[in-house]
Amino acid sequence: MQRFVNNPDDIVDETVRGFIKAHADLVKLHPEHDRVVLSHQAGQRGRVGIVTGGGSGHEPAFLGYTGRNMVDAVAVGELFSSPTGKAFTEAVRAADGGAGVCVLYGNYAGDNMNVKLAQRMAAKEGIEVLTVVANDDVCSAPPSERAKRRGVAGEILMWKVGGAKAATGASAREVQIAAQKAIDACRSVGVGLSPCTLPANAVPNFEIAPGKMEVGIGHHGEPGMEVIDLENADSVADRMFDIVLDDHDLDAGDRVCVLLSGLGATPINELYVLYDRVANRLAEKQIAVHRPFVGNYFTSLEMMGATLTIMKLDDELASLIDAPAACPAMVVEARENQK
Amino acid sequence: MSKLPTNGGGAIVRAIADVIVENRAYLSEVDGKIGDGDHGNNMAKGFARAKERISDDASLGEAMHIVADVLMGEIGGSMGPLYGMFFDDMASAADNREYLDKQAVGDMLEAGCQGVMAIGEAKPGDKTLLDTLVPAIEAFRACDQDLHEALKALKHGAEKGRDATTDMVAKVGRSSRLGERSRGVPDAGATSCCMILTAFADGAARRLV
Repeated sequence: MQRFVNNPDDIVDETVRGFIKAHADLVKLHPEHDRVVLSHQAGQRGRVGIVTGGGSGHEPAFLGYTGRNMVDAVAVGELFSSPTGKAFTEAVRAADGGAGVCVLYGNYAGDNMNVKLAQRMAAKEGIEVLTVVANDDVCSAPPSERAKRRGVAGEILMWKVGGAKAATGASAREVQIAAQKAIDACRSVGVGLSPCTLPANAVPNFEIAPGKMEVGIGHHGEPGMEVIDLENADSVADRMFDIVLDDHDLDAGDRVCVLLSGLGATPINELYVLYDRVANRLAEKQIAVHRPFVGNYFTSLEMMGATLTIMKLDDELASLIDAPAACPAMVVEARENQK
Repeated sequence: MSKLPTNGGGAIVRAIADVIVENRAYLSEVDGKIGDGDHGNNMAKGFARAKERISDDASLGEAMHIVADVLMGEIGGSMGPLYGMFFDDMASAADNREYLDKQAVGDMLEAGCQGVMAIGEAKPGDKTLLDTLVPAIEAFRACDQDLHEALKALKHGAEKGRDATTDMVAKVGRSSRLGERSRGVPDAGATSCCMILTAFADGAARRLV
């Protein structure tokens, strides 16, 4: 495939530099670590710091969620590879304003280890570091092994809730509880239509044959539930919807936040085609969409496909999702006629 | 020929780095069969950088601390923290000792192994570098002859362990998502761990006094 690329080894550094230049109103580079992106709010006295991080190639995740009342500091890894323990440590230090830090991240082996390293380093300096590990990807493990599930786009809603909770002046423990509640309320599924290729490699990381789709695919092409013939959009939307709903505890009268994200190469209009069907299915079941997000929120290089995340809301989660926030990937403005 | 001087141990660590850098493409190829194919690249990057910062007359502990700092500070992924802890905890066990006898070398390797287990989630049998490391240390400990012979046993144990990963199903890390499809190829981490232990054993054997 054709790409905009210089030396593939430099692609992450160049991405970060361009990102900082484009969004200087909201973010800055850590002065001493070029793989840590900071919100201008980072380290504010008395407010719990929110940290995340992960491999690159998922833009706008992870760095795009750095901003006001969102994530304070993001550790940036190589493409599809966890950031270093050092990067997480510097992110934690920069985010700490004396009230502790919550690291809200996804369930991947490298991230688990590098966050653990950062926790050890920070503990030596007396910084309180609490963690929440996202595991919203339904197809990555059965419900009985939920702790093994990967974190995917539900992480965004977890950051939104965590950032909003921290902005209320809550304690680190309270922020951790709210973020845990947020991810526990999320279920996600992905469908892949084509593979993706690391720019330094000549061949794709995995295969999806023409005319096929992979249901339940992960954010790096991890194998899903099944590979089947490509169907029309409504059938794909139904399939995604049913996988999420079967794993969820949703009844008529419930409220949800819906996040439908492209995986990188799928045109945005096709996401709206999927969302049209998903919204209809929710309406049929008398489940109210409190707030939808449709767009490229969490991608996988140039994979074609989409993920669907549905988060069940109670009053607390709804108000935290609605709280004003601004980051390059997402802006939530105050509603004038809020109930 | 029964103890290893720690002074000048930097040469052993530099030799380990050479082996990893030479095998960059091979390790990535092994990894590419069931992983994302970047193991050799990440390892070679880390060890090449560490080698530049290590002199031959550095002590074994100093040299291993440098490797650990580079792996944990600059490499990331899964291998950064795993091998970072391995070398850091081995380094700490070797610090402040002029010589390592057979018991002390075994303790040093054991400390590194404990470091890997403390940071990661794997157990022996999960198709990881532990499946090289654990049987290698067992073979080293089981050898009732001198340190020179025990280092040979370490190598043989490492090779047997690495080979045994071919028939294992991955239980942790990215390849675990493949389930049965992960069977039939050796684990990349087990392969690099065998290279590290072999280079260590050869380098140490040459320096025994």
